[in-house]
Amino acid sequence: MKDIAQIVGEHPFFQGLESDFCNLVCGCARNVRFNPGEYLFHEGGDANHMFLIRYGQVALEVAVPGKPAVSFQTLHDGDLVGVSWILPPYHWAYDARAITLTRAIAMDAHCLRKKCDDDPVLGYEVLKRLLPILTSRLHATQMQILDVYGAPEPPE
Amino acid sequence: MSDDLMVPEPVRVLSRQQELETTWTLELEAGQASRGPCLPGQFNMLYVFGVGEVPISVSGDTVQSETLVHTVRAVGPVSRKLAALKPMEIVGLRGPFGVGWPMTQSEGSDLLIVAGGLGLAPLRSAVYHVLRNREKYGRIILLYGTRSPNDILYSPQLEEWNQRPDFEVHITVDHADSDWQGMIGVVPALVPTLGFDPEDTVAMVCGPEIMMRFTVNALRDAGVEDEAIFLSMERNMKCALGHCGHCQFGATFVCKDGPVLPFDRVRGLLSLKEF
Repeated sequence: MKDIAQIVGEHPFFQGLESDFCNLVCGCARNVRFNPGEYLFHEGGDANHMFLIRYGQVALEVAVPGKPAVSFQTLHDGDLVGVSWILPPYHWAYDARAITLTRAIAMDAHCLRKKCDDDPVLGYEVLKRLLPILTSRLHATQMQILDVYGAPEPPE
Repeated sequence: MSDDLMVPEPVRVLSRQQELETTWTLELEAGQASRGPCLPGQFNMLYVFGVGEVPISVSGDTVQSETLVHTVRAVGPVSRKLAALKPMEIVGLRGPFGVGWPMTQSEGSDLLIVAGGLGLAPLRSAVYHVLRNREKYGRIILLYGTRSPNDILYSPQLEEWNQRPDFEVHITVDHADSDWQGMIGVVPALVPTLGFDPEDTVAMVCGPEIMMRFTVNALRDAGVEDEAIFLSMERNMKCALGHCGHCQFGATFVCKDGPVLPFDRVRGLLSLKEF
């Protein structure tokens, strides 16, 4: 059976992290499991964790008054769920719901933030891994906002 | 200019099938045998008498020489009338025109077929060709992105293809409600997750131009060479013969040199405004 250090070290988010740093962040990690339909977190709640999916599928969604919730992204094996833990006021901006049985690493946000603050080199490493994820999600959001699949009026 | 190529031939609508709320597939008589067979990725000019003419890609199996299949989204005055045509009604037909998908050139390679929205229609004829000649191609992956689960074109067929052990289908939508169990997100985001061999892959991409640009970026980031990326460009084709210039895209006439063009030929033009 793999220990938590192996599991964390093998996750794409932390892959290649120096072993000293890896041991450091492992102190903030634990394994969690979510059944289909179970929520990882809700909009407005305290962002106390960063979740790293080991396997499963998670939908990010927003509640729409009087209508079913709208999902705007699904995340899968190897993905990170939740970035609000790194920026004050540390509140989730949307809901995250497991679509299938999902196993993940839950990183305690207080613990991880403190270790990043105490060692800026570690903090920079974590930020370098977060930024590409944020950038790619921003690009994806741009495409979704443009609603590119809507039918344009052709010059007929 | 040959008169024949400018004069629409009247052909009958044989059948009409609703695909989505505003999208219909028409099966037409193929018309004159002298017209020659359609190739995957080519288009015909369809003329609604007294209304106007529009370019529509072939979306059916191009081996079926007695009929032509076109999928039409009813969005403008001509396409609305076209989509409303009933069996036995007459439509004007010119074509086939243009350069299609590089089916022969791609033999021996893996294929990454990337479609967005109605862009699946011109690629369906390529899929038919590939499935008919399955042994000539390596791994085949179809990525399809659309607005919502209700906007998935050819849904039963995608399901059928996905059942095949030798064909991978990945569908993603921009947004969905909680009943949807599939993927949500944009098509380009799927590219890095596929684990394909970029050096041995030919990519065929068709969809809204913004989606194609983002997809090309993802393909290039994954290591696919520019000359192995093919795009089906959509422009305002009128004469379809490269004479009128309505579809001119830099030095390229989309109707004659395209609509399928290698990315290295349109690289400098894709991000220009007002092209």
